[in-house]
Amino acid sequence: MTRIDNHPADGAERAVSVRGLVKHYGETKALDGVDLDVREGTVLGVLGPNGAGKTTLVRILSTLLQPTSGQATVAGYDVLRQPRQLRRVIGLTGQYASVDEKLPGWENLYMIGRLLDLPRKDARARADELLERFSLTDAAKRPASTYSGGMRRRLDLAASMIGRPVVLFLDEPTTGLDPRTRNEVWAEVKRMVGDGVTVLLTTQYMEEAEQLASELAVIDRGKVVAGGAIDELKARVGGRTLRIRTADPLQLRPLARDLDDLGITGLAGTAVDTASGSVLVPILSDEQLTAVTGAVIARGITIASISTELPSLDEVFLSLTGHRASAPQDADSAPADTREEVAV
Amino acid sequence: MSTATTTTSTAVTDIQAAAADIKGDGRIPLRAHLRHTGALVRRNLLWIRQDPESMFDALLMPIVFTLLFVFVFGGSIGQATGGGQDGYVQYVIPGMIAMMSMTLSQGVGTGFSQDFNSGVMDRFRSLPIGRGSVLFAKISVELLRMLFATTVLMIVAVLVGFDINNWVGLFAAVGLSTLFASSIMWVFLTLGVVLKNAQSVQAMGFLVLFPLQFGSSIFAPTQSMPGWLQTFTDYNPLSTLADAARGLMVGGPVAHDLWVTIGWSVAITAVMAPVAIHKFRTKS
Repeated sequence: MTRIDNHPADGAERAVSVRGLVKHYGETKALDGVDLDVREGTVLGVLGPNGAGKTTLVRILSTLLQPTSGQATVAGYDVLRQPRQLRRVIGLTGQYASVDEKLPGWENLYMIGRLLDLPRKDARARADELLERFSLTDAAKRPASTYSGGMRRRLDLAASMIGRPVVLFLDEPTTGLDPRTRNEVWAEVKRMVGDGVTVLLTTQYMEEAEQLASELAVIDRGKVVAGGAIDELKARVGGRTLRIRTADPLQLRPLARDLDDLGITGLAGTAVDTASGSVLVPILSDEQLTAVTGAVIARGITIASISTELPSLDEVFLSLTGHRASAPQDADSAPADTREEVAV
Repeated sequence: MSTATTTTSTAVTDIQAAAADIKGDGRIPLRAHLRHTGALVRRNLLWIRQDPESMFDALLMPIVFTLLFVFVFGGSIGQATGGGQDGYVQYVIPGMIAMMSMTLSQGVGTGFSQDFNSGVMDRFRSLPIGRGSVLFAKISVELLRMLFATTVLMIVAVLVGFDINNWVGLFAAVGLSTLFASSIMWVFLTLGVVLKNAQSVQAMGFLVLFPLQFGSSIFAPTQSMPGWLQTFTDYNPLSTLADAARGLMVGGPVAHDLWVTIGWSVAITAVMAPVAIHKFRTKS
């Protein structure tokens, strides 16, 4: 394909390769020997709590920060030795919307097109095209400061796509967004992935990782503590929770008892959540899910709502690492001007 | 979908063509530097269009300061030096040009500090552009603001009785103060990058600004100052700039002050521009 110019031969299969990456801030080890790979055309989710080192990792890979030691290449370019070539093939969208708020949306995109050496005419066309694609055409002339959170994030994504990046870094792309806007951003990211972009995504949410990523690296205190295909990890974590809300709250307890008696609820057994009026059933397999729903229907109970829930980040950590996700360390947020992952 | 694919593939070719411009080691040719700086100048100019109030200081400062100095101090200083208020106008206006080159330069630091703390700086630093372009663009726009302020100053000056008898000298004086301002801006840019917020930049700025402005020949002749202060004012580049501007605009000896000011400008730029760019490049 036409990407050849951007692609040194040795970077063909691994779009991102990280070996023994260490970043110290004085005594603090933000990254403590990270190894990971992202295969070309795939999405790697880097899952971890606040302060785990996710943002530090992204900032090093996008040449904003220099590592203390270790190696990293992006599209075959070394982050330390070839930063200029590397910048040409990446896109970056941070958790802090990196658009110029005083400029209208169109001007933001046009400016970046010019900074990426597009001729004026093409920069204009590309700005129009991306505004259209990210449904921002109507807001093209308004300053970005008047945009909603979701619009701003979409503009940010559009800005990252101007240069047709080979590798896209998304640092907590939906942190701070409401669920509806989050779904919008997910849909956009999926479309970008459909175009063949390689993505490294950091997130605090298992759900986000499951939606977008094919592989997962779980990171804690600057180290990768678990990694692999997302389905494989999910199997290790041990499945979902089925939540059944009955129309009649008086039926909750009898239903829970019956399900337990049938012996299809796994080892943990059912639980009743009286606050929301629902029965919670741990689910380990699709067969079990089918059996439980069948049993509920057989009893003729009216269901008000039914849903399966993924394990939370805490539960993932607990089952993969045997300990809870570490609380945000003051350690990682110590150098304030690096805008490390301080909860905002 | 098919239309999207078509536009997409042309865009890819464009990017490839543009990328081919860049040499294999990723070095950025001069033309690209100018293009990047141009795009960023446009950004800073759009800010002004979006927020015209940001020009108020450049508009009001020359008016307020000229009126204050001419009507508050002008009478007594003019009397003491001979020539009265009219004589003082001829004395102080070239000084004001020097003063504004300093005061407005400070804005580059505070503005940049705010800019730096916004996410867009991360985007710039992750783009394949020369790190200096962001700074050059900032300086270019601030110099334009200064030229605007100087125009306002000269209009007010004529209104309070300043006699422009040498247009060439006037333009030379403005050119000299622009040169000096561009060098001082590197100092404030460095402060803007290094210091944490706009307030600190402003506070530091005033600490530098006030002694330099008032400990100079800008507002009053230095003969009546104590000897130690005269030593300071003699070496103060704002004095030489003010004296050179005075010589160019109203006559008198010029050469020495002109060369000393040019020397200061070149020296400050030679030292501070690399420092500012380095600090900007390595700031995490």
